[in-house]
This record gives sequence, structure tokens and C-alpha cells, in this order.
Amino acid sequence: MKLALLSDIHSNLQALDACLAHAQVQGADQLALLGDFVGYGADPVAVVERVMALAAQGAWVIRGNHDALALQPPAEVKTVGDSTAQWTHEQLQAGHKAFLAELPLTLQHDSVLLVHASAEAPERWRYVHDARAAGMSLDAARSLPQVRYLFGGHVHFQTLYYQGSTGGLMKFEPTAGVPIPVPRHRHWLATVGSVGQPRDGKPKAMYALFDSARAQLTFHRVDYDQHAAAAAIRRAGLPDYFAERLETGR
Amino acid sequence: MKLLEPETEIDGFVIGDCVHAGGMAHIYRVHYAYGAPNPGFPMVMKVPRMTAGDGAENIVSFEVEHQILQLLSGPHVPRFVAAGDLERLPYLVMEYVPGRTLQDWLDAPELLPVDEVVRLGAAMAHAAHSLHQQNVVHLDLKPANVLIRPDGSAVLLDFGLSCSGLYPDLLAEQLRKAVGSPAWIAPEQVVGVRGDPRSDIFAIGVILYQLLTGKLPFGAPQTAGGLRQRLWMDPPPLRQRRPELPPWLQEVVMRCLAPVAGQRYPSAAHLAFDLQHPQQVVVTARGQATQGTGGWTHFKRWLKAAGMHYQPSPLPVQQIEEVPIVMVAVPHQDVSDATLYSLRQAAARSLGTRPGARLACVTVISPGQTSSTSDEDSETSVHRRYMAQLRQWLQPLDLAGHQVSCHVIESGDVAQALLNYAVGNRVSVIVIGAATHGLKTQRFLATVPIKVAMDAPCTVVLVKQTLPFEQLKVPDEPDGDWDVPF
Repeated sequence: MKLALLSDIHSNLQALDACLAHAQVQGADQLALLGDFVGYGADPVAVVERVMALAAQGAWVIRGNHDALALQPPAEVKTVGDSTAQWTHEQLQAGHKAFLAELPLTLQHDSVLLVHASAEAPERWRYVHDARAAGMSLDAARSLPQVRYLFGGHVHFQTLYYQGSTGGLMKFEPTAGVPIPVPRHRHWLATVGSVGQPRDGKPKAMYALFDSARAQLTFHRVDYDQHAAAAAIRRAGLPDYFAERLETGR
Repeated sequence: MKLLEPETEIDGFVIGDCVHAGGMAHIYRVHYAYGAPNPGFPMVMKVPRMTAGDGAENIVSFEVEHQILQLLSGPHVPRFVAAGDLERLPYLVMEYVPGRTLQDWLDAPELLPVDEVVRLGAAMAHAAHSLHQQNVVHLDLKPANVLIRPDGSAVLLDFGLSCSGLYPDLLAEQLRKAVGSPAWIAPEQVVGVRGDPRSDIFAIGVILYQLLTGKLPFGAPQTAGGLRQRLWMDPPPLRQRRPELPPWLQEVVMRCLAPVAGQRYPSAAHLAFDLQHPQQVVVTARGQATQGTGGWTHFKRWLKAAGMHYQPSPLPVQQIEEVPIVMVAVPHQDVSDATLYSLRQAAARSLGTRPGARLACVTVISPGQTSSTSDEDSETSVHRRYMAQLRQWLQPLDLAGHQVSCHVIESGDVAQALLNYAVGNRVSVIVIGAATHGLKTQRFLATVPIKVAMDAPCTVVLVKQTLPFEQLKVPDEPDGDWDVPF
């Protein structure tokens, strides 16, 4: 199985389509969509409809915190993120909301466990941003004996966590496009990065491809039309901050 | 694992003789059982010894070799053929490389001739550089892991402790313990730094010291304190043990053995360069010394070393790209001042702003210019003349922090001579004038710069002449010595 792992799409249709096309060329035969389909970006309806169509074709789909936020936007707007949640809530139709509301928080298929944030209390959306947080998430996943690979998003960075020589977790920053051996006898945790809102200073969209037969994981960076996505945000009247963010990848 | 019986079949490979039974693994000659295409070279299978009593490090280092061997290519590593599943049946099948390891050479009763050791050193450095260019640091170079082919080139073996910047480092650990062979390990490895190409340069220095004196520069320490000695201690100079060794060679070996990585050669290509051009080595007090470093200096360094600790390293490729060997082809005829000026500017730009890059100025003269009968045209005096020209060209450059050398090459084929030089010295950038080197024939033949650009092993900067001052502009003189732009 070649499993394409896409997370944190954030209503960015241009980036989603570019990653899907890239994954197809790479021979992906299974899709996993790891949540945060909406929020920040200008195309929540088109993105959710794309996700619904992919789910109908067999894609594995789980829910992220921004999907939950769009279903029940905060009454009081405290952050710029909250303002897009309210706007997104108004755009989505009942059918879209019903789809998002039905999504599970985790999914397991054989040795793979999918969770948007941390497997330790998924509903609390804890960030896996260092080896300690990754260790807590992985420890929770170990209660499922089959699981070897824990894939998630939430933090918008591509990182691989692995066991060091005496068992403690180590953090590794991958080079895009390089297949990394991830043999099954170890436990691995990867944050696959963000399709629709990269924050590492490079505007390219992020996703990862897991080849289970070869036990290899490749982190990819994909060119897409970030200026079109930014223009759509400005046209929709959303805060300019989110448009600039896409153009600079910050 | 116990020894495999000959004729056993594993995943389509038939086991032959056991050629090595080491502490970590057994190595067998193997061939394909049936039908499979012959790879065109003999093969061996490495099977790790994993019994109940074996430590975890043994298994992890096999896993590391499994990762890294598949990543590497080129003439300085055994070619990878196949690998067994780590959980089911771990093994590696790779090319069997004929040759002798440096340990075999060391086991001989007599020390090797000095020029032989110098050749071996350059071969080792080239092999290490090839590895570093592929983002891998070996980290366990020792005589038993360096194999010399019959043609004199080196092949590096055993990547069980190696580190690739592209893969998670399975041997890295929060505790940052030293991983490596105590006699050859670099000081920074002692405190757990993995991933610095200059650690391999240190190990090559230890091997050269061993080949030249028959002794290990730091002995074979058994304790952590003994290992830490090399963080501050200089070994006794080579010439204290063998006074007849040339100072330039001591300069080179002791520079490899500097306790601080920043004071060693910045890349293995720079080390090979010095070993291949002894006359260009700048000999300092370090090369002349016949007495060890004094106690007071050691004491001060010991204080400093007490604070040394683990730091992560950037990708090996990034580290060596910052210290290029820049070769500039300086024409000695048919060339305008403006072209020479532009070449100088381009060379300075290519060296970069960081210290450590090296500039090699090369001029190619035709063999007809020297004569064995006339004194004035004898090889040495002609070379001296052109060397002086090169140094004059160099003079306006500010070369603080950069090493520089000048080379006069005799050859009838200018392009080929430049290319051979670039390949032989692992040059990173060639700077050459776009309209130099035999301009008059360019209408009929591919010009030298074009030939060099097409076949170069590295980046080529083609320099167009620009005039810094309007008054330098001289009207074109078709019959004169002036260069004509396209």
C-alpha cells in the first residue's frame, strides 16, 4: 500500500488539488485525510465537497480541531482564527456540517494509527511539537499492539520522531523527497505538515507518502498557486493576514 | 547466529566460503542459486551475529549499515545488491571488492615507504570526500575498514556506525555517549557529536600517523578519561619519532589531528590536495616541530575542553559546500587586462565570504616551450617564469583565510589538461574566461572553455570581460595580442 497522508488543508483548494495530483503521480493507492479541512482559507465548501467525494471513494478521513470549531463557532471572537470559524460556519450547508460531525477522531488500519493531534486524549488537541509530547502520544498508541506508525498533523511542520538507541524518542527533520526507511520493528510518529498553510518560511504545500511494502516514508513539498489561494482569501473579505501568510509560508 | 553451512540457500543466494568471522558479523562469499542475472561482480553476504548474548548496539549498527549502504554509490563503497528483512532474516549482500585492507599493510614487518603512505592518504581522502558528498560521514574509519584496490584507489567498508544527514540517526541518543573505535575516534565524537565530516579527517590523520610511525598517536585508551585526552592533547610530532620525515608531511598529518575540528582541513578534498601537491603546503612551526606541545598549552586547552558537549551538526553536504576548491584557468597569452581583471573578480566571488575555501590557479603551456638543451628554456626556468606570472595575477586579491596555490601544467590539449586537473583534485568550481585559450581557432573548433564546460565534473563559471574603467578600453586590434569578445 502506498498511503498518501494529507493534513491541515484549511480551505485551500489550490494546495489540496496540487498535493492530490502529486500523490497520484507517485502511485498512491490509498488516501488518508487527517483533519482541519476548513478554517483560515477561502474555499471551505469546495474543499469539504472534495473530501466528501474522496471519502465516498474509500479515503480514510478523521476530524481536526478547526472542523469542530466550524461546527460550533465561538460566540465571542477572541482571535483572528475565531473570525474565520464564524465565516466558515456561515458558508457550510447542512450536508457539509453533517459530514464533519460524523468524522471519527482516530482511525486504525493494521499497523497505522491516524490522529489529528495527540493520541493521548485526541479530543484535547494537544500539540505534538517536541520529543516529549511525541512520546506521550506514542505511549498512548502502544496500547494498540498492532500499531507501529502514528501519523498526524495539527502542528504545521514535517517531523519524524523515532526511538534512539536506548529507547528515548528523538526528533528528526526530514529532507523533502528523500524516502526514509521506517522498519516495522520500531515505533514511528510523523507529523506530516500542512497542505494548506505551511509555516516554515517556504510556501510549498506539505504532505507525506507512506509505502508499507517497502517500509519507507517520504515527506513531500509541492508547488501550488499560492497567489491564487491568497487572492481568493482577499476576495472573500477575510483578514489579509491569512493571504500574506500563504504567500510567504509563515 | 552460528556459522552457515556451505551450499545453504538464503532468499536465492547460495552460501560459499566464510571469508571473515568477526565479533559483529560473519561474511560469506555467495552466488545466485538459479536464473537470476549475474550482477557482473563477485558478491558477499554479511550476516550479523545476533544471539541472546549480543548487545542492542550490535543490532542497531547492523540496521544503520542496512540503511546507509543502500543510499551510497560510486567507486569508493561496495555496491549494494540485496538485504534481508530485519525482523525475519537480517543480512546484506554486497559487492566483494578484491584488495588488501590497510590493516594488512600495517601487519607487514616493515614500515611503508613515505611516498606510498602519501598515495594511500590521498586515496583515503578521496574516498571519504565521495562519502561526504553523498551526505554520509563514516565515523569509524580505521585500517581494517579501508580497502585498497589493486589500482591504488580506496574503498571504505563497514557503515555500522555511520551517520547520514538524510536519515534519522539511530545511534544518536540523549546520553550522547561516544560511539566508535577508541584509537581512531575524533574528539568531538567522544562527546557525542555525530555528522561532522571533519571527524573522518581526524581518523585519516590517525591512520597516516600509524602508517608513518608504526604507533598510534593517542594509544588505544580503555577509559572515558583516556578517550577525553584527545580533546586537548596534541600527540608527539611525527618527527620526534622519525626525524627523517619531511616537515610538510608532518604539517599535513598534525593538521588532521588538531583537537578542534575547525583547525583541521575543512574538507577531505583539501587534505587530498595537499597530499598531492607537497610543494604547495605552507609549513608552519607545527610541521617543523620535533618536540611535543608544552604542558602549559595543554593545561589551557584542558580547561576549555571540560566545557565541550554535544551539538547537532548540519547536513555533511552543506558543510563541505561552504569550503569549495576553486580552480581558475589563467591564460598566459592572447589575453587582455580586462579579461584578467574579470577572472580575478569571478575567482574572488566563487571563494565566498567564509574562510576555508581554496584557490588553485592553473595555467597550461604547450610542451614545445621547454627544451632540454637550452638552459634558458629548461623546464624549471620556463615553469618559474609562468609561476611568477600567476603570482602577479594573484597579487590584487585579498585572500585572508583562503589557501592559494599556483600550478603550471604542460600539455598539448589545454581543455583535457584542465579537466584532468579538476577531476584529480576534486575541484568544486572552475572559473574560466569565456573567450580565452586559443580564441583565434574558435571559428573552426569548439573552444577550450566550451569543451571544459561540457565535460567538467563540477560547476563552470564562464567569465566575460568587463571593463572597470572606461579608460582601460582599447580599440580592437585584430592582429595584436588582444582578446576579441564574441
